[in-house]
Amino acid sequence: MSRTQLLETPPEAAAVAPPDPRRPRSTRRWRRLASPVVLVLGWELAARTGVLAPEKLPAPSDVLATGWRLSRDGTLAVHLVDSLTRAGAGLLIGGVLALVLGTVAGLLRLGDDLVDPPVQMARMLPHLGLVPLLIIWVGIGESLKISLVALGAFFPIYFNTYAGIRDIDERLVEAARACGLGQAARLRHVVLPGALPSLFLGLRLAIGAAWLSLVVGEQVNAQTGIGFLMMEAREFSQTDVVVLGLLVYALLGLISDLALRVAERRMLTWRRGLRAT
Amino acid sequence: MATRTASHLIGATPVLTAHAIRRSFGPTVVLAGVDLTIARGEVVALLGPSGSGKSTLLRVLAGLDRDATGDTVVHGTAAVVFQEHRLLPWKRVAANVGLGLSGPDTAGRIDRALREVGLAERHRAWPAELSGGQAQRVAVARALVREPDLLLLDEPFGALDALTRLRMQVLLRRLRAEHGFAALLVTHDVDEALLLADRILLLDDCRIAAELPVDLAPTRTPDDPGFGALRRHLLDRLGVPTT
Repeated sequence: MSRTQLLETPPEAAAVAPPDPRRPRSTRRWRRLASPVVLVLGWELAARTGVLAPEKLPAPSDVLATGWRLSRDGTLAVHLVDSLTRAGAGLLIGGVLALVLGTVAGLLRLGDDLVDPPVQMARMLPHLGLVPLLIIWVGIGESLKISLVALGAFFPIYFNTYAGIRDIDERLVEAARACGLGQAARLRHVVLPGALPSLFLGLRLAIGAAWLSLVVGEQVNAQTGIGFLMMEAREFSQTDVVVLGLLVYALLGLISDLALRVAERRMLTWRRGLRAT
Repeated sequence: MATRTASHLIGATPVLTAHAIRRSFGPTVVLAGVDLTIARGEVVALLGPSGSGKSTLLRVLAGLDRDATGDTVVHGTAAVVFQEHRLLPWKRVAANVGLGLSGPDTAGRIDRALREVGLAERHRAWPAELSGGQAQRVAVARALVREPDLLLLDEPFGALDALTRLRMQVLLRRLRAEHGFAALLVTHDVDEALLLADRILLLDDCRIAAELPVDLAPTRTPDDPGFGALRRHLLDRLGVPTT
């Protein structure tokens, strides 16, 4: 048995070996789409036939219909804008703070000694676990949500700014110095572009953390926002709205990540050449 | 702290004078009082076994080492070519050549410098798209565009393959004939030193151990009479058995 298999395999492998350069990729893409589609169809079918109770998990078509209804009457837009404002404000505050401190710690030895140890210590605290303390400090209003987002965004941006600056090839800085570039010019032409890939990575991680913080923050005494929409729907057992909220959160994450990837590809063109070699 | 002065006196003054250059890394002394003069338009090769402090000396002379002591005076401008090309990967070739360049017609000067190293058509390329030899030629153009009176070359062809290295040596000789810059060439390649230099300095035991004028025709080849004898002499001084 094993002998015949041994004889059989090589010709088969040879037949597979020279691949058509275009077809396998597109067929793979379709194949990768297959299981999600099957899952959604199965979910729909299970909900329609009553296998899934509607109060446990409504059909995806019902969720979409709810989404359409809520966006038509403007409810969704109001909550979405509030959520986006919180995320934006938090990201801005946390991001700018992280960028400044990360730059100071990355560039200056004194800054490194003074800034980095406390940040390293604070990193060990799970920032979502700070909610009770934050409630005591800033109350349960808007500042709580924004503080949470800012905290979540701070650490990835800080660490990647720091690492991005530290990882710059010292020899490139020296070459720039030999070309007569002063400190400010070296920052602009060597340090900033050299740290940019890390900054993008930090920003992507920060946006992920920001959405996560928002989800948690909006479940604490919010009057608006996607999280509030979900908490309120839970009280009235409107499972379709809860699932819709989850869907919106997922879409927000997806869209922001996509936008950042496009920006990254535009600004880091030089890395494409790097990949080609 | 080494004092380093750039002066713009033109005339019979040497392009570089260095006096009592000292540098140590912790307890290890690398340079113990090096004196060095390079005349205008003169190419000096600095030979020595690896770890003898050749590159350290060049970095001191280029003003890139702040922990060295001694005096360096450069009459005019100096530019550096390193062993690695050290091009900024996020700038296109032309922007790399023009890094820190000011004054009128920078674009024209960049274009001319690239043409001189035979890479005018690659001005839009990213450094990562160049071969090792091409990248090093861009680095040479980056130095040339500054119209230096003194070119400091730190094993500039050391990382290239043998054939590319030979081509680069020819290129450097041509550029030198056209521009008349003085150069300090740090190398561990005896043939390279003999092909390019007017004078060879041997760095050993933390100081200049020997000085050797190279009295060969400007367009010399290794087949020239006298080349072999000088080569044997140098290798002998470097402790390499030739027989």
